[in-house]
Amino acid sequence: MTGGQFGFFGVDPWWIVIVKVLGIFVMLVLLTLFTIWWERRVVSRMQHRIGPNRVGPFGLLQSLMDGVKLALKEEIVPKGVHLAVYWIAPIISATAAFIAFAVIPFGPVVNLFGQQTPLQLTDFPVSVLYILAIASIGIYGIVLAGWASGSIYPLLGGLRSSAQMISYEIAMGLSFVAVFLYAGSMSTSEIVNAQEPVWFAVILLPSFLIYVTAMVGETNRAPFDLPEAEGELVGGFHTEYSSMKFALFFLAEYINMVTVSALATTLFLGGWRAPWPISLWDAANTGYWPLLWWLLKVQIFIFIFIWLRATLPRLRYDQFMKFGWKILIPASIAWIMIVATARVLRNDVQFTSTQILLVGGITIIVLLLGSWLLQSRADRMSALQEEADAEIQARAFDAMAGGYPVPPMPGQQVNLPTRRASSSVTTQEAIDG
Amino acid sequence: MTGYEVNAGEAVVFWVCAVLSVLGAIGLITSRKAVHSALWMALTMINLAILYIANNAPFLGMVQIIVYTGAVMMLFLFVLMVVGVDSSDSLIETIRGQRVLSILLGLLLIVILVWGLGSALSGLPSVGLDAANRLDGGNVQSIARLIFTDYLLVFEVTSALLITAAMGAMVLAHREHWQPKPTQAELSIARFKGDEHPGNRPNPGIYARHNAVDTPALLPDGTPTQASIPGALRSRADVQPVEIEDGRAIQEGDSQ
Repeated sequence: MTGGQFGFFGVDPWWIVIVKVLGIFVMLVLLTLFTIWWERRVVSRMQHRIGPNRVGPFGLLQSLMDGVKLALKEEIVPKGVHLAVYWIAPIISATAAFIAFAVIPFGPVVNLFGQQTPLQLTDFPVSVLYILAIASIGIYGIVLAGWASGSIYPLLGGLRSSAQMISYEIAMGLSFVAVFLYAGSMSTSEIVNAQEPVWFAVILLPSFLIYVTAMVGETNRAPFDLPEAEGELVGGFHTEYSSMKFALFFLAEYINMVTVSALATTLFLGGWRAPWPISLWDAANTGYWPLLWWLLKVQIFIFIFIWLRATLPRLRYDQFMKFGWKILIPASIAWIMIVATARVLRNDVQFTSTQILLVGGITIIVLLLGSWLLQSRADRMSALQEEADAEIQARAFDAMAGGYPVPPMPGQQVNLPTRRASSSVTTQEAIDG
Repeated sequence: MTGYEVNAGEAVVFWVCAVLSVLGAIGLITSRKAVHSALWMALTMINLAILYIANNAPFLGMVQIIVYTGAVMMLFLFVLMVVGVDSSDSLIETIRGQRVLSILLGLLLIVILVWGLGSALSGLPSVGLDAANRLDGGNVQSIARLIFTDYLLVFEVTSALLITAAMGAMVLAHREHWQPKPTQAELSIARFKGDEHPGNRPNPGIYARHNAVDTPALLPDGTPTQASIPGALRSRADVQPVEIEDGRAIQEGDSQ
């Protein structure tokens, strides 16, 4: 992919690529350690506690110590696990979490050890789809962990996670569509460039809200952390994992949080571009400054994650699914229709104000007529339903209606002989005997 | 780039991915466990996607992973897990001669593909992948133009077919409600209006000398309570007698 617009990508010397890969890896591990500490401190503050404050300044080294302890712990592999899959699952999870970051832009073209290179490992025309693809591979880790553990709680956790992923990835993918339509590209660096005057979070606010909701579901975080709901499923998919393998799942969860936050920043908050008052300063979008703006924006999302966790109770599973399928997805589709129509009107058709008013007026009349028709139909249906209910209630239950044994209709009473009488007799006999 | 030049990187990618995808296909049909088969198939699909990307078709490659690996295989896994962890498939052939027939038909398919595709494509002039992608300004744009102009009818008919299949599945799985589903509030009100005690039933063995299921719980005043024994045991009269302090064995219901 060395087309004109991707001129800066794919031409780095090999050692620059290695420097970037190493930089991203180290940054992700450090961000994980920081996020765990930050989460514990913020949640503590919200619960009137202090949180970890012993190891290092402000307790900053606490998660490092915990990580070392976790790695040195005894590893318990239960009997009855499917060993190969049990081993592969955490590796898939952690690997997918790391490699999704390859297409996230951190900054513009900078001077890195004398080389002019963008602060982004690589980019290609469909890099946002690449992140979706890697995310869908990452969930395999969770599902397989649930299956391979050979135990019922992890299995249920894995099942929930696969259902959750399929549902929320649709809403997530649909929220990208409006961004693609406005940016005219699916490459992350071009989407950042397309937000030059105004961020997509402003002009595509519904898409932004849908994405932020779906990203919480996609990362299995509270209030959508049903795959590992500890009150119902012990630890969910990682119940049977310990030591380093558990640490890999832990790492993957926090990196995924950073990834979806970085994607939200890239797609909706202008990526590495400086926010408004700072952007008045000419040098704000040059050199290494954008790295700072990027990091701040990502931290805002991570703070929202933590805030949600400290504030909201976990959803019930059926409500969670209903929310995804009956609210998020239809809302996304309706919004995409509006955005696409607006794009076509702006690009291809020149309207006079009379025409716009005419179209708007006809639309409103059609909507009013439609809602009136629907309402009267609903009234008629509920009247019919009431009649039918009354008829059923009035009819006595006939267990052999039409010559076949049939169950009672709702509302009909069944008079069956109870066991109470015979039971009490036998109980008496048991006492005597 | 004209036609058949292959550079070293391309050759390495091809030989690694091709071998792995064939390995995945063999693993798919030889594994005993359905979940292992699904995993082998996922491996094949991911390697095919990498081959597409190596052939300058990044959109197709990504969609291959998102749709096939991410959605279709995930649904397969979902169903396999719902069916059960350890259910193994029966390996008895239900159709006589199935194996021979499938091998023959498979060979036939290979012949048709090799011969048909080979003869169909051999005379075509090749412009090179870069030139083909550049026609409409990029890979994604070229695919979009083809789908929404030359192949619009096929595309729409396929989507209609898929939507029909989805609707069919919904109709088959649909259960008609006779009356509106009670809400959480209605259920709660009904629970408190009913005859039963709205709280949890006492567990077997609470305040008792034994925690077996058939030992009735004792109420704070020392009398055994019937509610703590599961209904099945009660109706079979499988209830242990309880001794109270004066040495007399009593049973639930005696002193109430």
